[in-house]
Amino acid sequence: MKITGAQVLMEVFKEEHVDTIFGFPGGMVIDIYDEMLNTDIRHILVRHEQGAVHAADGYARATGKVGVCLVTSGPGATNTVTGIATAYMDSIPLVVITGQVPTHLIGNDAFQEVDIVGITRPCTKHNYLVTDVDELAQVLKEAFHIARSGRPGPVLVDIPKNVSMGKTTYASLGNIKIKSYNPTYQPHQKQLHKVVKLIKKSERPLIFAGGGVLLSGAAEELIHLARRIRIPVTMSLMGLGGFPGSDPLSLGMLGMHGTYRANMCTGACDLLIGVGVRFDDRVTGKTDCFAAQAKIVHIDIDPTSLRKNVPVAVPVVGDCKISLQLLNQLLDEENLEEISAQHQPWLDQIEEWKQAHKLDYHPNEEVIKPQYVIEKLYQLTGGNAIITTEVGQNQMWTAQYFHFDRPRQLLTSGGLGTMGFGLPAAIGAQAAFPERLVVDVAGDGSIQMNIQEMATAVQYSLPVKVVILNNCYLGMVRQWQQLFYSKRYACTCMENAPDFVKLAEAFGALGLRATKPHEVEAVLAEGLGTPRPVIMDFVVEQEECVYPMVPAGAPITEMLLS
Amino acid sequence: MNEEKHILTMLVDNKPGVLSRVVGLFSGRGFNIESLCVAPTVDPAVSRITIVTKANEPLMEQIEKQLRKLINVIKLRDMTGPRAVKREMALICVSAKPKNRDEILRIVDIFRCKVVDVGPEFYTIEATGDAGKMKALVNLLLPMGIKKIARTGAIALYREPH
Repeated sequence: MKITGAQVLMEVFKEEHVDTIFGFPGGMVIDIYDEMLNTDIRHILVRHEQGAVHAADGYARATGKVGVCLVTSGPGATNTVTGIATAYMDSIPLVVITGQVPTHLIGNDAFQEVDIVGITRPCTKHNYLVTDVDELAQVLKEAFHIARSGRPGPVLVDIPKNVSMGKTTYASLGNIKIKSYNPTYQPHQKQLHKVVKLIKKSERPLIFAGGGVLLSGAAEELIHLARRIRIPVTMSLMGLGGFPGSDPLSLGMLGMHGTYRANMCTGACDLLIGVGVRFDDRVTGKTDCFAAQAKIVHIDIDPTSLRKNVPVAVPVVGDCKISLQLLNQLLDEENLEEISAQHQPWLDQIEEWKQAHKLDYHPNEEVIKPQYVIEKLYQLTGGNAIITTEVGQNQMWTAQYFHFDRPRQLLTSGGLGTMGFGLPAAIGAQAAFPERLVVDVAGDGSIQMNIQEMATAVQYSLPVKVVILNNCYLGMVRQWQQLFYSKRYACTCMENAPDFVKLAEAFGALGLRATKPHEVEAVLAEGLGTPRPVIMDFVVEQEECVYPMVPAGAPITEMLLS
Repeated sequence: MNEEKHILTMLVDNKPGVLSRVVGLFSGRGFNIESLCVAPTVDPAVSRITIVTKANEPLMEQIEKQLRKLINVIKLRDMTGPRAVKREMALICVSAKPKNRDEILRIVDIFRCKVVDVGPEFYTIEATGDAGKMKALVNLLLPMGIKKIARTGAIALYREPH
């Protein structure tokens, strides 16, 4: 029996256990939407296609599953680009389905036609234009396979209208293989032996964990490794939660706004074990000075990450979880007490650094400090919420003052730094976990980039909480202007922001505001306790800066501390 | 670190957009392309792309890894060095005044080229050879006046073991 392309799509969705799709309909996907009515799939109608991709991204980050979104051709497709690039930079598995004009019109500048495959080629892991309905099932299976395997990433499938309407025979393809695509999961044993040798010799080892730890589910193995031989752990922004932030061995985040002790450790360590990281410039500072005394071990599933930015003594290509499991097995043979003991002076030194410069700010009785809001949020949630952020100061303060103890608890746009990510990502996470507390920490600037999605949250009763640190500025750029451009605040003052409380009410959400420090706790308590979407507007110190700060291009150990 | 010329050949899926992925990778990441040749192999589903690029050693490692990462790249090999045969081809239209005609034909003979088009004032020469030979030929013909030249990039095949 023959079925339509749209039905093939539904069959593959069923096979891939797709339960939720974020999307926005249009002329070229109307057949797919029509067919979806016959299934159990929950569709969440966003207000802008960028929101659909970020929501699918948030869903994927929170669950580890592939996020799916569905949009129409032309502007529907181009509106997904920022979301796709965001997911690509952070290695998030997505399948983005775009409608396309019928094949006979492609190339004719038809209404709502755009070459989305050409546009997204550099920001997808792979993409497809399906020109024959007989190929649709294979392409869709490949798309899911590529998105979730190896180093995950977004895959776009462009489906012309006549392909979704066309008829074909369908039989389940089961698990598929792609001849030219074979990610390396199993690391070379020889390389791991070299790592053990370096660990045994090292007096000042440091683990640097990144998003790869979360993506491969390697947190347990990482904790085991660090605790059994007492190696301190620092994390990239993407790695937060991969190792418990409240563990004594945790140094917090490193890099441009990393903790003093994490950055000092990086400068002084003699062995740096990078796990699922890519040594981004926000982490390394001046690369020549980065971990200059250390031999670097780098474990990653993507060979292109190795030796891209920093020289590596022992590269290990493999899945982080499998690699750490095998490494832990090799360490079983060693005298762990002896190895552990030789790290004592190093741990003492770290404690000294910790005491010398803790993360700190000057509390104020009159004006709300943004850091204080995050501290209170951490206390009131017991550290248990899923936190998304926008980008800028709000993101860095969240990374610094909320201690993430579990993987997939912080959902943030690390690589691309996409303002407007947090709210739709929170909606995606809330859709996956209706019972959990999901909070978007935002700035007054970034929240306005995708604020329209409040309507989505209200429509689907997704009770996300938005915490706005409202300083009337694009705070992070303003901070750079203050520190490096003689306080010339070119176009960073956000005058005439909307009244966020009224705005929340207009959307049908609850709006709350705090203007004094003593109001913060009550507003947070009420907002977090309300079982529907809430915007909490915290009017904070206007010219507060994020410290420590490593100026761009400076060595990571040279920090501005206040 | 010294930049060196490398000849990379890769077998790729013969599908629309694959060349664009390869070329887009080079432009997007700031890698350099000196020349590029593409044609299907005996298997119509597979094409061979040959790219000449210039890079230092760590960059070369990145280029190769990034290319291997492309889903449509089936196999990649660095053909630099004596273990591969390399050829380029050129069509050269050279001004052929009566006083130069004999000399040009001698050069054509020495370089084992062919004259493929003749006019009262020009010869068009077909030449194949490695990069060194092509350069020498062009240098010898330059003084006569090269009116037009069309060159392919290098193609290469590994020598089969004897």
